[in-house]
Amino acid sequence: MTIETSKQNMLKDLTEPIAEICKRYPTRRSAIMPALYLAQEKYGFIDQPMYQVISKILDVPEIWVYELASFYTLYQRKAIGKYHLQLCTNVPCMLRDAYDLVEHVQTKLGIKPGETSKNGLFTLTTVECIGSCDVAPAMMINQTYYTKLSKQKIDQILDQLSETKALPQKETLSGKKPGAVS
Amino acid sequence: MNELVLMKNFAHPDSNYIHYYEKNGGYQGLKIALKDFSSDQVIDYIKTSKLRGRGGAGFPTGLKWSFVPKDDHKPHYLCCNADEGEPGTFKDRALMEHDPHQVIEGMIIAAYAIKARVAYIYIRGEYGLSIEKISQAISEAYDQSYLGKNILGSDFSLDIYVHIGAGAYICGEETALLESIEGRRGQPKLKPPFPAVAGLYECPTVINNVETFACVAHIFARGVDWFTAIGPEDAPGPRLFGLSGQLKNPGIYELPMGLSLGELVNEYGGGALVGDFKAVIPGGVSAPMIPLAGLDVKMNFADLAAADSMLGSAAVIALDETASIPAVARRITEFFSHESCGKCAPCREGLDWARKILMRIESGDGLPGDLAQLEVLCGGIFGNSFCALGDGAAWALRATLKHFRHEYDALITVKNINRKGSW
Repeated sequence: MTIETSKQNMLKDLTEPIAEICKRYPTRRSAIMPALYLAQEKYGFIDQPMYQVISKILDVPEIWVYELASFYTLYQRKAIGKYHLQLCTNVPCMLRDAYDLVEHVQTKLGIKPGETSKNGLFTLTTVECIGSCDVAPAMMINQTYYTKLSKQKIDQILDQLSETKALPQKETLSGKKPGAVS
Repeated sequence: MNELVLMKNFAHPDSNYIHYYEKNGGYQGLKIALKDFSSDQVIDYIKTSKLRGRGGAGFPTGLKWSFVPKDDHKPHYLCCNADEGEPGTFKDRALMEHDPHQVIEGMIIAAYAIKARVAYIYIRGEYGLSIEKISQAISEAYDQSYLGKNILGSDFSLDIYVHIGAGAYICGEETALLESIEGRRGQPKLKPPFPAVAGLYECPTVINNVETFACVAHIFARGVDWFTAIGPEDAPGPRLFGLSGQLKNPGIYELPMGLSLGELVNEYGGGALVGDFKAVIPGGVSAPMIPLAGLDVKMNFADLAAADSMLGSAAVIALDETASIPAVARRITEFFSHESCGKCAPCREGLDWARKILMRIESGDGLPGDLAQLEVLCGGIFGNSFCALGDGAAWALRATLKHFRHEYDALITVKNINRKGSW
């Protein structure tokens, strides 16, 4: 498929949902961030043809789209693995030995932070605080939290993902200690 | 014994649903506000409650609302700052996941007060579950006529939309947050004009933290007298303290302000994991750490300021005897350097420079002049940065140099001895 045909397809996919998004804001520029998320969700990552499509739909300069895609770190500008391992190494997790876990995952998967495993299954990233400080060390795989991690626990999770190619049971809510006040 | 207010419903599996919230007194505050108060009276009531912002700066909420012009013809906007990213802070996430309706109820009351017809809740992109729970709660609130046109039969109408952040800590700064909603890079803007006069889309705008809105709902449901009776006179009301790091019982604790930091980490936190505490960070990593000898400081705005630190987001991170202060300082500086928006040179260049020196010291390659250079950098960044990000970073780093210089010296001296030996 040529770039032009794929852009035509994107235009068809995105025009209507982006028009919906625009209803929430008085200016079209405000719709760029949600539009980028929409494209990322649909296609896995975002690149120049998509900036052009979004710019066309919203009738804004392409640079407005690109500057947001490059400023904000949650926009993926290249393809990443099916499972995005995001290990927090900020202070509360660091104090609970998060760096040992990063080391462990690197050795186990043979990839450094920022890299994707050869089978395309895992991308490893070290991230800033993900708000799981009371259950540190913590990581997210895609949008799912995994907390109170140990090397063993990480092994279990990664082995399961490698074998079943499906995410383990969700760990959901934060702050599991509502009874903490006496 | 403390009665739980903000966390009262957390333990129940249905706590995020509107039926559970209503059954437990939810949306009563809104009904009272709409029925018995004019917009101006709502602002006065919040002023009387002495509620102070729970996001970091502790600005009086009612005063902030009162800055919005009364008789202009522009639309007014309300924003909820749910871009919680200060390391150590996880209270807003818990509020949004466990009890999102109290946040929404507070927002509706605030919007009524400042005459806003549109409100945005800016949630950081990493908080997928918070986004899900808040979105669901908003939709439930529309169904019950707490949102939309003519709320509860009044002539007040409001729409709330979720705007999802995308990984920039700086968007927690209120003007950067507004830039982000407008579809720009998150970079702070010069104040004045303050957002209350020229904020979102150049219109009068109020921005408050998630926990602040949750408090508003309870103030109307239970009254100002009840609220001001909790905690210290100048900073009343419940507060969520997030305990993390090297202590035995990490978690969220709802307590009045004013208890001592030592009491918090020992009695509630269960004490240090190993030995005793070396230091405790009282309000997120931009709050300078307090060494063990200072843990009798009271956890309120004034006392922490007098101790050259701050209450910030009340995120308490404990460091026990095993913690390396230079390593923690390096990680904090690395974080702020990474999150610097790049707008001003002191923050962008200064923090990167400091980060490199700290990495060198940590890996044993520190040079004798490095600590003096760090002092110079801190002095150059603090007070000269465009926003509080650079200031906080330099402030936090300087405290580690002041209280734990011997740990840095030890790392540098060891290397110098080794160097001699290797010749």
